[in-house]
Amino acid sequence: MSVLEIIIALPLLAALAVWLGAPARAASLGATIVNLILVLYAVVQYGGKTGLAFTCSHPILENPALSFAVGADGTSLILALLTALVMLAAIWQIEDRPNIFYISSLLIGGGALGAFLTTDVFFIYAFHELALIPTFLMIALHGRAEPAQRKAVAWKATIYLGAGSLVLLAGLAWLVLEFSGGSKLTFDLEALRNQAKLTPLPDAKQAQIFFLLLLGFGSLVSLFPFHSWAAPAYATAPTPVAMLHSGVLKKFGLYGLIRIALPLLPQGAHVEWVQTALIWMLLGNILVMGLVTIHASRLDDTLANSSVMHMGYIFLGIASGSDLALKGAVILMFAHGVSIALLFGLCGRMRNQLGTLEYNKLGGLATHAPAFTVLFAFGAFASIGLPGLTNFAGEVMIFLGNFTDFKIGALSSLQWAVIFALWGVVMSAVYMLRAYRSIFHGSPATGLFMIDPALSQRVPFILLATTLLITGCCPSLLLNLMKSAL
Amino acid sequence: MSVFTIEAGLAILGLALLLVEAFKPDISRRTLGLTAIAGTVLALVLFIFAPHDTASLPGFIQPWHQLDGLAIFYKGFALVITILVLWLTLECAPYLTRFTLDGKLGEMFSLPLLVCAGMMWMASARDLVTVFVSLELVTVSFYVLVAFARKSAFSLEAGVKYLILGALSTGVLVYGIAWIYGATGTMSFDGIAKALANPATGKTAALFGAAVLLCGLGFKVAAAPFHMWVPDVYQGAPTPVTAFLSVGSKAAGFVVLTRALDAFMAPGSIIGSEIQALLLVVGALTALLGSLPAMFQTSVKRLLAYSSISHAGYLILALACRESARFDLSSGGVVAFYLATYLPMTVLGFLGLGIMRANGLGEDLKDFTGLAKRNPLLALLMTLSFASLAGLPLTAGFLGKLFVFLGLADHGCWGALSCAVIAAATGFYYYFKTVLAMYSTEGTDVPALTLSGATKAVAGALALVIVILGVYPKPLQGVLKAGHTAVVLK
Repeated sequence: MSVLEIIIALPLLAALAVWLGAPARAASLGATIVNLILVLYAVVQYGGKTGLAFTCSHPILENPALSFAVGADGTSLILALLTALVMLAAIWQIEDRPNIFYISSLLIGGGALGAFLTTDVFFIYAFHELALIPTFLMIALHGRAEPAQRKAVAWKATIYLGAGSLVLLAGLAWLVLEFSGGSKLTFDLEALRNQAKLTPLPDAKQAQIFFLLLLGFGSLVSLFPFHSWAAPAYATAPTPVAMLHSGVLKKFGLYGLIRIALPLLPQGAHVEWVQTALIWMLLGNILVMGLVTIHASRLDDTLANSSVMHMGYIFLGIASGSDLALKGAVILMFAHGVSIALLFGLCGRMRNQLGTLEYNKLGGLATHAPAFTVLFAFGAFASIGLPGLTNFAGEVMIFLGNFTDFKIGALSSLQWAVIFALWGVVMSAVYMLRAYRSIFHGSPATGLFMIDPALSQRVPFILLATTLLITGCCPSLLLNLMKSAL
Repeated sequence: MSVFTIEAGLAILGLALLLVEAFKPDISRRTLGLTAIAGTVLALVLFIFAPHDTASLPGFIQPWHQLDGLAIFYKGFALVITILVLWLTLECAPYLTRFTLDGKLGEMFSLPLLVCAGMMWMASARDLVTVFVSLELVTVSFYVLVAFARKSAFSLEAGVKYLILGALSTGVLVYGIAWIYGATGTMSFDGIAKALANPATGKTAALFGAAVLLCGLGFKVAAAPFHMWVPDVYQGAPTPVTAFLSVGSKAAGFVVLTRALDAFMAPGSIIGSEIQALLLVVGALTALLGSLPAMFQTSVKRLLAYSSISHAGYLILALACRESARFDLSSGGVVAFYLATYLPMTVLGFLGLGIMRANGLGEDLKDFTGLAKRNPLLALLMTLSFASLAGLPLTAGFLGKLFVFLGLADHGCWGALSCAVIAAATGFYYYFKTVLAMYSTEGTDVPALTLSGATKAVAGALALVIVILGVYPKPLQGVLKAGHTAVVLK
C-alpha cells in the first residue's frame, strides 16, 4: 500500500461518507486537511529524487494488461500539491450549501488526484472522467444563471469536453496499440515509455498521433479554437467548482501532454506541421483571448477568459521542447492553478455579497474591505506575472527556455511566436489592473457595501496567497522536485 | 444431473404452471410467481453444480448439443436474467394487472420459463435446425409476453408489430438456412465451416445464404436496417418484458450470431472477408441509428430502446473483428463480456422504470424530474446504470466498449471505429440528459417514493456488480478465457 493510494482514496471515501449522512463539513474538511498533510509528506519524502516513487500496482486484467498502478514523480507531486491546496480552499468556501456541493468538490478533487498520481493510462483517463461528471452536474443544477441558460452552458461544456475526451481516448488507444510491443496490450505508462525508447515510431506517424492527442488534451485545456466552452462554464459554475475546475482539472490536459504525449512521441511535437499548428493555436489563446478579455465588462468574464488566455503560455512551454521551458510550464501550471482558484474564490464572495460583478457598478471597495483587497491584489498581480509571485518564475522560464539557442536575424518560428506572445503580458496587465482599479479604487459606488470576510473565512485565501508568495520567492522549492529532465 | 435435464425440467415446469393457471384459475399470482422463481433459482443452483462437458449429456442429444465455454456462459446468463425478470414482474404486478383482461398475470410467470429453456437450448446449438427450433420457442413466447397488457393500446400495437415483423424475420431466416443448405449441403456449423473452407463450394450461393441468414438474425438482435420495430415494441411491452427482450433476447440472438459467424468466418472461409465488411457496415450503421435518434426522445423507455439498438451495433462490430491477435478475448469473448456488463446496467435501468410505474409515475423525462428528492437511493442507482450504459470509466460499461474499440483499432477498421466513437459520444448526451433531470431541483414539492427491502437488495446488488465489473473485471475475464479455447472452431 502506497501513500498515494491513501491520498487518492481519502476524498472519494469522504464523499461516500457525506452521501451516507456523515456531517458534511467536518468530514470534508477533515479529509482534505489530512490529504494536504499527506501530500506535503510525500513531497518532502520525494525531495531531490528522480524517477517514479511510491509505486504500487494491482493488476485488474491480465491481457490487455490493466492495473491500478500508482506512482509519482516531481511533476505529478507538484500537481497533487496544487490539487490538495485548491481542494481545501474550495471546500472551505462551501458554507450553508447543500451536501451535494461537498460531494461534488470531493469527487472532482479525488478524480484529479487519481489522474495525476496513477501510472496506468486507463486509470489516468478514467479518473479524469470521474472528475468531469460532477462538474457538469453542478454547473447545470447549481450554476449562477437562469435554469435554461445554465443548462445550455453545461451542455456546451459537456459536448466539447466529451468530444475532446473521445478524441483523446482514440489517441491513447492508438498509442497503446503502437507501443505495446510483442503479443500483449499494455496500458502501463512505464512499459509504454520503455517501448517508445526502444523502438521509436517514424516521425510522420508520431506527428499524427501527437496531433490527435493535442486535439484531445487541448480541448480539455481550452486550446484555441476549442476554447469557447470554458469562459461561460467558469463564469456560471458555483464557486468551488469554478475553483477546482479552472485551477486543477484543466491542468490535466497539460499534464497529459507532458506526461504521456511528449515522452512517448518525442519527435511528434517538433514535426513542422504540428509545430506550426500548435503555434497558431497558442497565439490564438494568448492574443485573441487577450483582446477578448480586455473587452470583458464583468469580473467573472475577465477571470474566465484570462484563464483561457494563460493556457497559451503553458502550451508555449510545451511547444518549445527545451527542458527549461518545460519546467517553466509545470511551474506556471501550479502558479496559475493557485492564483485562479484564489481569484475565483474571491469573485464568488463578491458576487454573494454584492449581487453584481459589473465593473461600472462597482468601485471603492478598498475602503470597506482592505483585507479582501490585499488578497485580491495577490491573485491579480500573480496573474499579471509580478516578480516575487510564482507565475513570474514560470513565465520567465518559458520565455527564456525558447531562446536558449537563437541567432539574431534567424529567429525560428517558435521564437517569433514568443515575441508576439510577450504582448500577452501587457494585455493581462491592462485588464487585471483595470479590474483592480475599477473594483477597489475610485469613488465608492452608491448602494454597495462589502465587509472583509471573517478571519475563519480568510483562511483558504491566505493559504493560497501565501503559497504564491513562498513559491514565488523560492521557486527552487518546486524546481528541486523536477531534478531529472521531464 | 446433466445440464440437458435441467433445461428440460425448466420447460416442463413452465408447461405445468401454464396448466395450473388454466385449471385452477383462482390460484394467486404470488404463488405462481414465487414457484417460477424458486424453480429457476433451483435450476441455477443445479446448473452450477452440474458437469459442464458435452460428454455428460445423454447420448441421443450429443450430436445437436455442445457444452463449451460459450454455451455455459450463456446458459447461466439466461437463468440469471430470467430470475430477475420474474422477480421484476412480481414487483410490477400491481400495475400490470390493471391492463390484463382478467386482472391476472398467470402466463407472465410460465412463459419466461419456456423462454429461458429456449435460450439455454440455443446456446449450445450445433446446427441451424436446433437454432431455428429454439429461436422459435423463444420468439413465440415473446409474442404473447409483449402483447400481455391487452387493455393498453400501446401493448397491443407492440404485440402486433412484433408478431408481424418477427414472423417475417423467421421466414427470412428459414430462407437463408435453405440457401446455406443448398450451397454447403449441411446444416451443422462445423460442416458449414468445412464446406466454406473448400474452394469448390459455390461462393455466390453461400454468400447470399449467409447474408439472408444474417438479415433474419439481424431482426432478432435489432441490427440496422431491421431495427425499426424496437422503439415501439419496447415502449409498448410491459416493462419486465422490455427488460427481458432487451437483455435476454439480445443475448440469445448474439450467441447464435457468434456461432454462425464462427462458421462463416472461420480461417480460410471463402466468404470471410465479405461477411466481415458486411458486419462492419451494419454494425456502424446500427450504432449510429441507435444513438442519433435517441437524442430526441422524451420517453425514457424509448430512449433505452434506442440505446439498446446502439449497443447491438457495438456488439456486431465486436463480432466483425473475430480473433484479436493481441488480447486474450476472442470476439465471442468480447461479446460475452459486453453482455455480462449489459445485463446489470440494463436490468437496473428497467427496474427503475418499473418502480416508477408501480408508484404511479410515467416513463417520460419529465417524470424523472426531481427524482433525487423523492428517493436519493433510486436516483443514485439509476445514475450508475445510465453512467455505465454511457460507458463512463470505472463502470462495467466502459470496459465492454473499450474492448470493442481496441479490437476495431487492432484490425485497422478506422471507419467503423469512428462511427462507434460518434455513437458513444452521443450516448453521453442522452444518458446524462436523464441524469440531469433526476437531480434537477424543479418540482421540489413532489411526494417521496419508497422502495421495498427486496427492491433495495436486488438493485443494490446489480449496482455493486456494475462497479465491481468496472474496477475488477479480472475474474470475469478469467471465466471467459477458460471458455475461449472451446469457442474456437475445431
